Amino acid sequence: MKADEITWVKSPEFGVMDQIFLPAIFTGLVTTLTHMGSTLFGPKKDVVTQQFPEQRPHLPANYRGVHRLNRDDEGRVKCVACYMCSTACPAHCIDIVAAPSPWPDREKYPEVFVIDELRCIYCGMCEQACPVDAIELTTLYDLTGHSREEMIFNKEKLLSVFDKTVAMGTDPIRTTHGRLGVASEPASSGVTGSSSMQT
Amino acid sequence: MSLEFSLLITVALILAVLGCLNGGVAYLILVERKISAWVQDRVGPNRAFYGILQPICDGVKLLLKEEMIPKYVDKIFFMIAPAIALITAFMALAVVPFGPTSPSPILIDYRQNSPTYELAVWPSTKSEYDAVIDADRSRALEKKSVSFEEQIKVYNSRIQFVLAPHVDIGILFVFAIGSLGVYGVILGGWSSNNKYSLLGSLRSSAQLISYEIPLGLSVLGVVLVTGSLNLERIIQHQVDHGWNVLFQPLAMVLFATSIFAECNRLPFDLPESEQELVGGYHTEYSSMKFALFLFGEYTHMITTSFLMMTVFFGAWHLPFITDPNDFSIFGIALKFAVAAGKTIGFIIFYMLIRWTILRFRFDQLMHLAWKIMLPISLASFTVLVFIVHFKPIGQESIWLMCPVSLAILLASGFIGIRLSKPTAHATKSKVPYLGHGTGYSVQHDSKIRLESSSR
Repeated sequence: MKADEITWVKSPEFGVMDQIFLPAIFTGLVTTLTHMGSTLFGPKKDVVTQQFPEQRPHLPANYRGVHRLNRDDEGRVKCVACYMCSTACPAHCIDIVAAPSPWPDREKYPEVFVIDELRCIYCGMCEQACPVDAIELTTLYDLTGHSREEMIFNKEKLLSVFDKTVAMGTDPIRTTHGRLGVASEPASSGVTGSSSMQT
Repeated sequence: MSLEFSLLITVALILAVLGCLNGGVAYLILVERKISAWVQDRVGPNRAFYGILQPICDGVKLLLKEEMIPKYVDKIFFMIAPAIALITAFMALAVVPFGPTSPSPILIDYRQNSPTYELAVWPSTKSEYDAVIDADRSRALEKKSVSFEEQIKVYNSRIQFVLAPHVDIGILFVFAIGSLGVYGVILGGWSSNNKYSLLGSLRSSAQLISYEIPLGLSVLGVVLVTGSLNLERIIQHQVDHGWNVLFQPLAMVLFATSIFAECNRLPFDLPESEQELVGGYHTEYSSMKFALFLFGEYTHMITTSFLMMTVFFGAWHLPFITDPNDFSIFGIALKFAVAAGKTIGFIIFYMLIRWTILRFRFDQLMHLAWKIMLPISLASFTVLVFIVHFKPIGQESIWLMCPVSLAILLASGFIGIRLSKPTAHATKSKVPYLGHGTGYSVQHDSKIRLESSSR
């Protein structure tokens, strides 16, 4: 910042009314009471409290919550088992075992796809690394379990998160608005490796 | 002595008051949380029957919680500190009227035909006491007035809604015991053997000692006008002559401010300022010991609210509504309701102020006590002494205190502006002038660097 960009201002001078405090305190009390009155008797929308278990917050679509494994149009897992996500993962919580794909449009598919949700730091790097947009972070946030084993999500569980979020209509922002990865574009555009078409 | 008291009634009163107090304190915490929530546009605790059972849940939680005593604390003092905090808070309540009272009669010494206003020394032997009583009785016969013994009989026949009636040092006792409460805080902070706790308790001791002075000086005016330290007589004086707040509004403001400091309420809650000192003096306390500190603090708040309404707002007296001579059940209930209403009003005022004024810095706190409130209360008291003694405009001269209070307040404002003008040295220097030692004095020459939008 240069010196001529600085604007020098004088702080307002105290008058007698400020110096004896009491009028200022009275003004403050009026503010306090106005807020109290508007909470008690005003419209309900002025109250900022959300009654959590009954009333769920509307999280933004780019919220980074529980992962999901996306399905393609035919309901198959979209993942091509390229290990990009597990390589990118700073917490090393993604574990993939690849197997030869039973489908003609790709070479490999994940036989095992496990995410340890307790190790995950929800940074969203797997989402960025994925070339086919198969892994995404959803807006589900209230993740609980009775044991550590319960919190290790396998492929079926992650696919069921996809089904659940699609049913709820809370798709992550990439699915609905963002530009998709090159590899997930339709096969007609000349890129091989993916046959699915994003909505 | 003829001032018999009924043990049964006293014990019943004590139990009732302590019971109500315990419940009251628990619910005060709920009220505090609710009001905090409303002021901040929130809903507040609303589980467990819309929050009504919340205090009970909290109490059970605190009782059943694990008791943690760190290894490095001074165990004995660590254990007794919360007890001291609570006991002193309870003891201060002993002489504070919480319902209808009648003024306790005064025994005047007429023996040498030169009546002293009140007995300077209570007779130590039975014969001496009888002599005083005889003199009083014969004088009553002579003047056809009511003797002390008969007054006492009437006085004892009415239930006095104060745990220890007829305490002539009333207000002094409250202050003496109330300021003992600081020992609980100091012992708690010191025995915790922890920097934050120690800092909290050090602040607390300095703060409480500083604010005792304006507190005492502001009440001194009331005592001077009433001529007695007895709280029941202070009430009676207000019933006869009007509430003290009408004559001494400035003293009331000073008293209220000092009481906020004595109770460690928010503009002055430096002993436990949680943003700076973790939890202050009760950082190391958990479970019921922590609850006792909390309890003592809220009890203190109730006591001071009672004191506030008793000393400045006429306690159970409300013109045209409560009749001082009505001792029927309905009259007593009405007076009780008026007293309770005033007290609750003050407590709610406390809680609203908490969300209105920001916490003072420690030097500002000391500045306020020693450089502002002490001179103001001294000036106001001095003027009051002159008015009471010389009576410049006749019997009703005490009303002069009203404009005088306003004048002192405005004068203090002007002096404050004058004092906070920068000195020649400060204007010349390149360094922005930051006021006279305190943050809230005027910063005439300080220049605030504003970031321009072109950045």
